[in-house]
Amino acid sequence: MTVTDPYAAATRETTEGRVYTVTGGDWDTIAPDAAEERLVINMGPQHPSTHGVLRLVLELEGETVTQARTVIGYLHTGIEKNLEYRNWTQGVTFVTRMDYLSNAFNETVYCLGVEKLLGIEVPERATTIRVLMMELQRIASHLVWLATGGMELGALTAMTNGFRERELCLDVLETITGLRMNHAFVRPGGVAQDLPPGAVEKVRELLAILEKRVPLVDQLLTGQPIWQKRLQDVAYLDVQGCLSLGVTGPILRSAGLAWDLRKTQPYCGYETYDFDVPTATSSDGWGRFLVRVQEMKESMKIIEQALDRLQPGPVMVEDKKIGWPAQLALGSDGMGQSLDHVKKIMGTSMEALIHHFKLVTEGFRVPAGQVYTAIESPRGELGVHAVSDGGTRPFRVHVREPSFVNLQSASAMCEGSLIADAIAAVASIDPVMGGVDR
Amino acid sequence: MTDSTELATGGPTPDGRTPGAVDTGMGADSRVTSDMFGATFGGDTTGFGGLVRPAPADIGTPKPYGGWFDELVDTLEAVYPGFADVVTKVVVHRDELTLHVSAARVAEVARVMRDDENLRFELLSNLSGVDYPAQAERLHVVYNLTSMTYRRRVRLEVAVTTEDPHVASLCDVYPTADFHERECWDMFGVIFDGHPGLTRILMPDDWDGHPQRKDYPLGGVPVEYKGAQIPPPDERRAYA
Repeated sequence: MTVTDPYAAATRETTEGRVYTVTGGDWDTIAPDAAEERLVINMGPQHPSTHGVLRLVLELEGETVTQARTVIGYLHTGIEKNLEYRNWTQGVTFVTRMDYLSNAFNETVYCLGVEKLLGIEVPERATTIRVLMMELQRIASHLVWLATGGMELGALTAMTNGFRERELCLDVLETITGLRMNHAFVRPGGVAQDLPPGAVEKVRELLAILEKRVPLVDQLLTGQPIWQKRLQDVAYLDVQGCLSLGVTGPILRSAGLAWDLRKTQPYCGYETYDFDVPTATSSDGWGRFLVRVQEMKESMKIIEQALDRLQPGPVMVEDKKIGWPAQLALGSDGMGQSLDHVKKIMGTSMEALIHHFKLVTEGFRVPAGQVYTAIESPRGELGVHAVSDGGTRPFRVHVREPSFVNLQSASAMCEGSLIADAIAAVASIDPVMGGVDR
Repeated sequence: MTDSTELATGGPTPDGRTPGAVDTGMGADSRVTSDMFGATFGGDTTGFGGLVRPAPADIGTPKPYGGWFDELVDTLEAVYPGFADVVTKVVVHRDELTLHVSAARVAEVARVMRDDENLRFELLSNLSGVDYPAQAERLHVVYNLTSMTYRRRVRLEVAVTTEDPHVASLCDVYPTADFHERECWDMFGVIFDGHPGLTRILMPDDWDGHPQRKDYPLGGVPVEYKGAQIPPPDERRAYA
């Protein structure tokens, strides 16, 4: 006995072989009881609009998002675990790679934590260089946000302009540290080396260019009706929502609360700089755009002041049991240990040689205890919880990444909006997946 | 880490407290250095061997704590009736205040600290886990609370065993704890009772084990560099 399948394709034999005729049916004849049209779609992790390897699971009714979930972990590299197998100074090389758009911030907050455990103060010049680097990087990071966010919303000129200006910032950072990104320049006890000759002039040249070009962003986008309509009243999150979800940074300031750790819990001498904390009151993507553009201008003010107060002096703590013994110089094969320094420690100073050897092979010991330090990164509160057991390696380092925490607000911002606004919402959060997943 | 050699200098006094020891709240065990740089082989060439590194005593910091710490602890004691049962230890170290609280009732404490108008810790800044394999209650969960009103930071710390790793979830008090607690479960295997959906967040869903525990290996392969075999990081020489 044969059973006929009502959905089987009809066939007929031809001289070419068997030919099937496939026909479709209407959805309501196949599933007449489906009361609602509910669609669950995956966006990402490889999607050009999700800001990196972020996966959004969206439940849709028509074009309206009813539920949004963020799935992360695609860029998890185990940096926190790896730190426990390296000495405290080597840790800088790892943390700088977390949020790859704010390297100087990662390094500085980690070093502030280690220095607090050690109970040391870094020289003033080193602190000023750190501030200089961080504010340069804040501008670069906001420019990348403008570039990628603009691209996701279809403003391609914002992308080309943003990346162009950001590259200028990276050129200056490269002059100072030798690398465009992942500098590992800030070290426990100070910074790796002093500013190279001509760096101050290069920063001033950059400032002169940025003075002209950052206002261009205003002219290009602020008055533009499409840009306004894509961002205004989109991705709404008020102060209460921000606080309960732990959201800090430009998102919180766009809701009207002027919470900036540089002002409220100053570190690195920020209390001595003259700058404002821009805020907006619209609590939406538009407010975040305005806040970030203003923050770039404020950062330029800080850089200018930092340049003015740079005084000659040491850039690493005097304590020879902690201060990294490098005396870098440009050799025939690039930047490396200065030959004069090697000659001195090998030939004339046994003590210096021993210290050098011990510090490089073992590292310094950090007194037992735990600390939490936090700074204001371009995305909000960047914190480090560092635990030492008194050894030469970190016992545990946990990084409170603002991208990770802020990403939780994506659901609150997306649900109930159109799918196109979900893109704007994620863009306005500005998550960096390297930081989210660590 | 522990060296059983008893040395005459600097040992603990009969009441178990080490003179001059700073309680860091870690409860780590004491160590005797074999030489200045901690080498474990050969003779002591530095003259610094035999020093006893004092073990932090497992006691809290005595009052007064200094600054606003006293005010905060007194306020909490006054407004939270369970203070004596729940807060087991107060530690002040490196100008930071840590309250050790019991794992089952940490959410109560957090709610009081959030709502009381003299405390007002509006923001849960950070939640992280730490694994202390030397301790019986080896899994610690550390909360960093921030008061935006008073611009203060305080740390809550709970400790649980690996056999019964249950901690009260803070999701009701601070919704931001959602991702943090999922990460802590993922990395340390701490179970947060009351969390709406405690699933892995960074590791794949079908992953075995909890990678940030100290007995979980780092893994890695030896690499060749300029003709030499470099062992993976967890097999390289370590200096205690």
